[in-house]
Amino acid sequence: MTPTRTLAVALRVLQQVRRDPRTLAMLVVIPCALMALLWWMFREVPSPSPFDRTGPALLAIFPFVVMFLITSVTTLRERASGTLERLLAMPLGKLDFLLGYGLAFGLLAAVQSGAAVGVSVGLLGMEVHGSVGVLLVVAVADAVLGTALGLFVSAFANTEFQAVQFMPALVVPQILLCGLFVPRDQLPGVLHAISEVLPLSYAVDAMQHLTVGSADSAVAQDLLVVLGYAVALLILGAATLRRRTP
Amino acid sequence: MTIEIAGLVVRRGGRAVLDGLGLDVGPGVTGLLGPSGCGKSTLLRAIVGVQRIHGGTVTVLGEPAGSAALRRRIGYVTQAASVYDDLTLAENLRFFARVLGVAPEETSRVIEAVDLGAQRHHVVGRMSGGERSRASLAVALLGRPDVLVLDEPTVGLDPVLRRDLWALFHRLADDGAIVLVSSHVMDEADRCDQLLLMREGAIIAADTPDAIKQHAGTADIESAFLTLVES
Ligand SMILES: Nc1ncnc2c1ncn2[C@@H]1O[C@H](COP(=O)(O)OP(=O)(O)OP(=O)(O)O)[C@@H](O)[C@H]1O
Ligand SMILES: [Mg+2]
Repeated sequence: MTPTRTLAVALRVLQQVRRDPRTLAMLVVIPCALMALLWWMFREVPSPSPFDRTGPALLAIFPFVVMFLITSVTTLRERASGTLERLLAMPLGKLDFLLGYGLAFGLLAAVQSGAAVGVSVGLLGMEVHGSVGVLLVVAVADAVLGTALGLFVSAFANTEFQAVQFMPALVVPQILLCGLFVPRDQLPGVLHAISEVLPLSYAVDAMQHLTVGSADSAVAQDLLVVLGYAVALLILGAATLRRRTP
Repeated sequence: MTIEIAGLVVRRGGRAVLDGLGLDVGPGVTGLLGPSGCGKSTLLRAIVGVQRIHGGTVTVLGEPAGSAALRRRIGYVTQAASVYDDLTLAENLRFFARVLGVAPEETSRVIEAVDLGAQRHHVVGRMSGGERSRASLAVALLGRPDVLVLDEPTVGLDPVLRRDLWALFHRLADDGAIVLVSSHVMDEADRCDQLLLMREGAIIAADTPDAIKQHAGTADIESAFLTLVES
């Protein structure tokens, strides 16, 4: 692994995104619009408004889902076009490739979450008792997690259609069990145990800790779990990325 | 400065595509000719070290194919243009130059070498087919590799461009590189210093174009190929 090569990959991915202003605009505008929709939905529900509970969870879910999808499609495109084969025939470390993607999409997620958090806190009156800066860090960690998962599963998909199918298979269950619909401690025993090993649960927990103003150590713990999963998935991704293919 | 292959076995899709293939390639321009589906791309992939192999040895410049030391010494053009469609030619080259760790000035040199100076800032996805394949070739030339493995680099190009590219291949070979070019167009045979004729996963002749024609007693390589196949 070499920093210059990792940076080269990240820079190239960002250049590609810049060529596609519509994707970039959608990346930033859609989460903001959805937060506004959520706020509007709960407008007439008597307080305490569920917006304060579901809003933070959504801030954790967006970067994860969006970066998962973007990463799996981009990596598949890279496989299909032959550029991945060419890169792996060059002196590029597999981790350079994976971390480059993680870095680029982490940066995009920072922009995306910055806008969504700004709108939620600034315009929609979402209560955040913890630090907004840490909220952003959690969002970025979450995006890196989505990217890492996308990189990993793309090794098991041969087409972009298959890659997109991993979304209902691997992402939707995490959304259902992360505490957004039913608080995790009210889940049936087995489902609670499952939710304990799903990384998105920890991302949502971290966001919720931040909004209610729990101790920093609780946030830090959840954040570490999310980052741990991201690192583990990146390493698994490196293991499944083969220089020699059949 | 050679590529040596012995007893190479490659199975793809449950079938032996290469079954005990052997060959030697030295400096100069070597053409790998054979009908579609005979295993040319598979063989080139094995030389570059991106093909999983099931037997035999592939040695490039004294190292096993695919070893880390070779990765900066081989320039590889895949059959499909492997460049980023949403980047300009210059952006593509700058990226690959960073990955290879070669000086940024190299990008201008290779752009001139493939005669795409006017298209430098064009987005590759909007280039013509021939321009895209030359863009892909430009990437392979970065850093003056000792071995160039080119999978059908001249397909779909007009006669003038084809002539210019073959002249470029010979200049690279004159500088000491091993240039291995595949094609399924037999009329490119006479432009090569050495020929490898391939059929159904095996090399059926390896010699200079003249020697092959003489041996087969024919006036052109296409007839020589047919004679060899029928004998
Ligand atoms: N990814 C793959 N999976 C399974 N079989 C494959 C794969 N790629 C190629 N093959 C098979 O291997 C054989 C040789 O393919 P190869 O691409 O090496 O041929 P080629 O000589 O390069 O042909 P062309 O001139 O058309 O490019 C073909 O019969 C093909 O069906
Ligand atoms: Mg081929």
